[in-house]
Amino acid sequence: MFGRSLYAAFAVLAVTAAATGCGGGSDAGASLVDKAKNDKKLVIGVKADQPGLGLRTPDGAFAGFDIEVAKYVAKQLGVEANAITFKETVSANREAFIEQGQVDMVVATYSITDARKEKVSFAGPYFVAGQDLLVRADESGLTGPEALDGKKLCSVAGSTPAQKVKSEYSKEVQLQEERTYSACVDRVLGGQLDAITTDNVILAGYAAQHGGKLKVVGKPFSTEKYGIGLKKDDTTGRKAVNDALEKMFADGSWTQALQASVGASGFALPQAPQLERY
Amino acid sequence: MSYANLYEPPGPRGVARNRVLTAFVALALLAVGYFVYTRFDAKDQWTAEKWTPLLRGDVWLTFILPGLAGTLAAAVAGVVLAALFGIVFATARLSDHAWIRVPAATVVEFFRSVPLLLLIFFAFFGSFVLIGVNVSAFAAVVFGLTLYNGSVIAEIIRAGVLSLPKGQREAAYAVGMRKGQAMRLVLLPQGVKAMLPALVSQFVVLLKDSALGFIVGYDELVDRGLNGIAANFSNVIPAAVLIAGVFIVINMALDRLAHRLGAASSGAA
Amino acid sequence: MEALLTEGGTILAAFWMTVRLTAVSALGSLVLGTLLTAMRVAPLASLRATATAYVTVARNTPLTLVLLFTGLGIGANLGLELSDDIATNNFWLAVIGLTAYTSAFVCEALRSGLNTVPVGQAEAARSLGLGFVKTLALITLPQAFRAVVAPLGSLLIALTKNTTIALVVGVAEASVRMREMIETYGDQVIEIFLGFAAGFVLLCLPMGLLFGWLSKRMAVAR
Repeated sequence: MFGRSLYAAFAVLAVTAAATGCGGGSDAGASLVDKAKNDKKLVIGVKADQPGLGLRTPDGAFAGFDIEVAKYVAKQLGVEANAITFKETVSANREAFIEQGQVDMVVATYSITDARKEKVSFAGPYFVAGQDLLVRADESGLTGPEALDGKKLCSVAGSTPAQKVKSEYSKEVQLQEERTYSACVDRVLGGQLDAITTDNVILAGYAAQHGGKLKVVGKPFSTEKYGIGLKKDDTTGRKAVNDALEKMFADGSWTQALQASVGASGFALPQAPQLERY
Repeated sequence: MSYANLYEPPGPRGVARNRVLTAFVALALLAVGYFVYTRFDAKDQWTAEKWTPLLRGDVWLTFILPGLAGTLAAAVAGVVLAALFGIVFATARLSDHAWIRVPAATVVEFFRSVPLLLLIFFAFFGSFVLIGVNVSAFAAVVFGLTLYNGSVIAEIIRAGVLSLPKGQREAAYAVGMRKGQAMRLVLLPQGVKAMLPALVSQFVVLLKDSALGFIVGYDELVDRGLNGIAANFSNVIPAAVLIAGVFIVINMALDRLAHRLGAASSGAA
Repeated sequence: MEALLTEGGTILAAFWMTVRLTAVSALGSLVLGTLLTAMRVAPLASLRATATAYVTVARNTPLTLVLLFTGLGIGANLGLELSDDIATNNFWLAVIGLTAYTSAFVCEALRSGLNTVPVGQAEAARSLGLGFVKTLALITLPQAFRAVVAPLGSLLIALTKNTTIALVVGVAEASVRMREMIETYGDQVIEIFLGFAAGFVLLCLPMGLLFGWLSKRMAVAR
């Protein structure tokens, strides 16, 4: 009896594993436009832990610039804000989520790169960020990546920006890898580390959250174009999202959303970028 | 409490000396506490805006409870699968056939030596190359927990079966059972029962280990709870204290269960 | 395979870090664990309570959080700077965290070892006029140690594997390198995993054999 129930348990597990493993992606191939038009709802992948860009707030909703962009685009496609399901994505799983159809699009500080274009397609860019430094507000000596010799720089484990500072600007910088940017911020505020590096708009989100205690240096030393990730072959969807973005740039909503999300940081707000349709 | 006899019951002078020493210990603890308090205070760690969010209902509903659900889901799936893995491989390692025994032993020893973190990384980042599908963070965590703890459980169960008097097996054969039946009906149930406290301790380890899921972004207590709260209120330390508290409470409850099970099974035997 | 060969130096350095973390933390845990055991059986109720509370908290908190507390709590907020060099500082913070965690388990093992020492041993010691410290240090603890060689071996193996979690405080040991390599050489995931796994098997298997042999040799004949 013991043995038989064991086999039964195995069989059940195998079946459930197979069932859950193959779930999702039921309507592969359909364009984002059709999906929005027919279902009147969308699943959008966003970041959940970046203040000012994509942050899950205590009321369970999401807030930030990426979220505003996502809502605007969805609205243009005919989906109201309350019909959007936001789903947390982390850097490692964004392509997988799009490919498997777990999300309809991704708006998550998603840099457009050639390597990623092999797997997904990008609308946008809707923002051009650049790698920058975040320092304590009273810090005057740290004016750019070349002034970091002998200083201590924080970045998040598994990200390449910090290595770039060391190899290209300041050989004598000491790197600290933390698990999250929140932990980096704690250490910089505590005076143990001197600066944090990643994209300026992400840094601006933290500066805004800590009103007045931190500032973005404001000398970006790379160019990161944030795009909206879609299924690779969805040209109709890409065109529709690009049209929506164009409208957002033109009617002032873009500037307004950016101002509301990271304006408090004192970060100089840029102009809306040029779309790169392809 | 056999070690209570390490010292004589103190006489009047001993009692007085113990009082002085107790005061000394208390002072030392207070000093440490004060040191931590002032240093943390200097870094604004005690400010109300870092701690009060932890009492808010919406913070619990959005971050802590979903995180706890994630942790428990991974732990329960891990416990069930690890137990199955353990039973299968313990049986295989006890087999009379070398061609079953040796591979089983190799598998068990391998997974006992490889850190869980490496297994989770491998499952998460390697699945696409290996099976052509990107597995979810949940699957990666459960995969790691199953193999890692399953191999430990296999060894616990094997030790339990080996600890049984050999008369059990002989009696089973004497009433006409075959080898498989004897294992399934006589040896395994008793071996598992004998090792229940050790098994529950291993489940505590498994539950704590599920916290490693944060490394692949699985929605558990550390990722969803700690990181989520800290991203909103930038209170990493207060949030970590709370999350650690949640783990301690759950694990102590499991520990108590283990003791009760231990008492029950030794009482029955 | 090429990935493992080209990065051979980095991998060896990473495992050397694993070995150093393990060795120093093992020593620390043995000392702190013994001290905690002594406290838990001490005549002073306040010492017993302190040690019990410590062991309960340390045992039941995930190591990830323990290391987070040492990194952010001790490192950033208590302002304990062990070295001006970040890498050295992180190494010692990781050692503190691993020691704080593992010593609680060492204490539990030793305490159950004390339980195996017959009552007569301590009684005989006391009848000779030995006090608490001498009874513990000369008579009961040595026998307890001999009884728990095998569990201590398991703890050492667990510690070796746990050093991978030191990535939480930013120590570049084996798991950090493995993750980096998987990201760089995405097509060789299996080889990379097997390579790193083999490294840990090479570290852990001999330990298991050594402690198995030791526990038989050192067992107290009764």
